Amino acid sequence: MAVEKLTPASLRLSEDQKALLVTLAIALVLIGFWEWGVSQKMFLPIMPSATDTAKEFWFWISNPFFDNGPNDKGIALLLMVSLRRVLSGFAVGSLIAVPLGILVGLSPIMSKAVDPFVQILRPVSPLAWLPLGLALMRDSEATALFVIAITSIWPTLANTKFGVSHVDPVYVQVARTLGASHWRIILKVILPAAAPSIVAGLRISLGIAWLVIVAAEILLSGGIGYFVWNEWNNLKITSIITAILIIGLVGLGMDRLFGLLERWVSFGQRPPTE
Amino acid sequence: METATHLSIRGIAKTFPGRRGWTDRLLKKTSPDFVAIADINLEIPPNTFVSIIGPSGCGKSTLLSIVAGLLPPTQGSVFLGDRPLTQPGPDRGVVFQNYALMPWMTVAENLHFALETVFPTMSLAERKTRVYEYIELVGLKGAERKHPHELSGGMKQRVGIARALAIDPQILLMDEPFGALDALTRGFLQDEVERIWEQQRKTVILITHSIEESLLLSDQIVMMTRGPAAGIAELLTVDFPRPRQRADLDQYPGYHRLKARLEEHLSRETRAIEAARVR
Repeated sequence: MAVEKLTPASLRLSEDQKALLVTLAIALVLIGFWEWGVSQKMFLPIMPSATDTAKEFWFWISNPFFDNGPNDKGIALLLMVSLRRVLSGFAVGSLIAVPLGILVGLSPIMSKAVDPFVQILRPVSPLAWLPLGLALMRDSEATALFVIAITSIWPTLANTKFGVSHVDPVYVQVARTLGASHWRIILKVILPAAAPSIVAGLRISLGIAWLVIVAAEILLSGGIGYFVWNEWNNLKITSIITAILIIGLVGLGMDRLFGLLERWVSFGQRPPTE
Repeated sequence: METATHLSIRGIAKTFPGRRGWTDRLLKKTSPDFVAIADINLEIPPNTFVSIIGPSGCGKSTLLSIVAGLLPPTQGSVFLGDRPLTQPGPDRGVVFQNYALMPWMTVAENLHFALETVFPTMSLAERKTRVYEYIELVGLKGAERKHPHELSGGMKQRVGIARALAIDPQILLMDEPFGALDALTRGFLQDEVERIWEQQRKTVILITHSIEESLLLSDQIVMMTRGPAAGIAELLTVDFPRPRQRADLDQYPGYHRLKARLEEHLSRETRAIEAARVR
């Protein structure tokens, strides 16, 4: 621990405040270099200036709900398409992954039996499933859901299995000495005990689903991913940078929500992903 | 005559099988069987407080797990009255060394969970009364809505004791319940257990390392020999009048004789274990 210096309390900054100052300084330097570089024509002419990008950013977030036809929609409408796909696909994937994870977590035989399938399918990029989805379903909406569902399965499955198989055996012993049935032990003991791991898995799955939807939408149509690609075709770099920032902020927001949920189910134990 | 709460441990032995399968042999990873306890016989009359004391690793906890029904014995059986005990059940309340409270449940919810499991038809009102009664019994009034991580070790073990007693078991099994506590808290909880026992007088089996603890609480002390193949070395009867006070424990006639006997046994066994390890 550092030696405390005798400074008046009003002048002392907490660690968080210092970190914030450094963050702001880095942002200032980067944006300053960007603005200065464009004015000096250091980059290719297509590169917009920071101020132009900021204006564009403001245009998109100050007017998020306009709808001028299929290729000209407000950012909120675009996000809603992507979020709807991600959340429905994530829901379907989770409804498969959580029960399956519980099953393989409880039964070593099922775990070993299912493992080869998981091991082979998990390293596959979710986008590889996209043509298969299109071929089978002939519908971009259903294909997006299919790809996101598959994406959402693996982290949740692995974490649920880990959480269920690593429940402190003493909790199960307590329930057994009380004469609890198997179902009661699973529902009242194993699931709550594994909840922090399960939620951590869901959190990772949702994060990856949000990564994948942008790529999937470039290949399908609609949503924020398609917007990014469309603006590239229009050579509107300012819109692309705006979209990148907004995609990041939305991802951050979803991650924080799951972080709260994780904290809520952890009861004094350290949540698994912190 | 045997009553329904007479506990009878007959010829219990436990062997943990070593690795001897053909795959283990192929990998040269075989290990011999381990005989933890061999031929334990013990008759425990109703309303008796029994301590089991012995050197570390002598299979005390193995014996308790067998009585609790959590571990099947290799030989022998345990009877409660004339009923053999083969499964865990609410006729035996277990207090665990590391408290084993569900961290996601509050103090009251931990007790509710136990009561709801054992008495599924009990009305909520009755359950609430019972939960409150036992929280009060162990002196935790006001902490009902706290989660275990907000409690000290001593308070957690009070909840563990309340949970074990609330289901009104015929026998209370305690596996080194104060082992993880500091000396002051331990003494305090021992006094509490003495006080509670005076009110309830259930049959108790207490696994302990502590001579003081066994002399303060027990009617009988079972001294176990060192493992492997641990057995019972000697039974001591502690007939000090009750209720007992820690402060004047050493005033009772026979206290020093019993204490010397226990100390001699434990140090002999422990020395032998150390010697065997050196060799």
